[in-house]
Amino acid sequence: MIRRPLLLAAFLLATAAGAAFGASDPTVDVYGEIENHALQPRYEHITQNLRCLVCQNESIADSNVELASDLRRQVREMLIAGKSDDDIFQYMTDRYGEFVRFNPPLTPKTWLIWGAPFIMVAVGAVVIIRVARHRARLPVDDEPASEIK
Amino acid sequence: MWKFLIPVAVFIALAVLFALGLNPKRDIHALPSPLIGKPAPAFDLTDVMDPSRHVDNTALKGQIYVLNVWGTWCFECRAEHEELLAIARQHVVPLIGLDYMDQREKAQQWLTQLGNPYQAVGFDTDGRTAINWGVYGAPETYLVDGRGQILYKFISPITPEVWEHEFLPRISAAQRSGS
Repeated sequence: MIRRPLLLAAFLLATAAGAAFGASDPTVDVYGEIENHALQPRYEHITQNLRCLVCQNESIADSNVELASDLRRQVREMLIAGKSDDDIFQYMTDRYGEFVRFNPPLTPKTWLIWGAPFIMVAVGAVVIIRVARHRARLPVDDEPASEIK
Repeated sequence: MWKFLIPVAVFIALAVLFALGLNPKRDIHALPSPLIGKPAPAFDLTDVMDPSRHVDNTALKGQIYVLNVWGTWCFECRAEHEELLAIARQHVVPLIGLDYMDQREKAQQWLTQLGNPYQAVGFDTDGRTAINWGVYGAPETYLVDGRGQILYKFISPITPEVWEHEFLPRISAAQRSGS
């Protein structure tokens, strides 16, 4: 029972904060969501895949710094202007470099990053085959199984 | 024989990697700008000191200039300010300021109290021009040549050494090539 006024106060506060935020930025509604709800999933996908350049291990969707909110505004405006996801990623890459993308595209420059897991597996396979072949050539003269008993 | 060379090769490769990675002069947060060698993004902003004046970088075409990104909220910009004043006194190239995510009154107060090294200061309060230039903090300093191309970007406060060894040689090379 005592909690109710608190909850109400919190709700009012959040709404007021949302209204204040919305008022300063016409591309979001009072809840801080993009006005055109059909764009919301794309907006979330893009902002989660762009790196915040200030706190470099966070996405701009997660970060609270001003640059991240400026970049989110940029993404919203470009979405509303009808730009494609690729256009927006390209826009950011042109200005901040490949580093801004958490999911860099496969290009000659990034093939090593994408190929590294496969190269590791291949190297491991070569090592295992060599060791196995070497062991196969060893004479089977000692029987460790008999020692266990 | 080659079996002994593999560990040696691996060791050398790791040693080179660590030497590059642990170099104390390397700032791991400084990112190379993809805009080097590209046309400088155009901007047309109001001047911090006089809102009726425009700061338009397309009007600077034909001359080499330095664009310095700063803000009164930026602690390191204060450390850099003394050097900017010294650079302005040399009259080598015009210094253009970009006041980033700031309040006009605070910025005016800063320039009045500390001295104004800039020929003009664009007021980029919402950071849109900064995004176009790939700015992700302050201070950041760009060198633009006469063709309007970005020649160089330096992140963190400019020191006399940086000015002398990174900026001046590039400026005189650009002057020699006539751009």
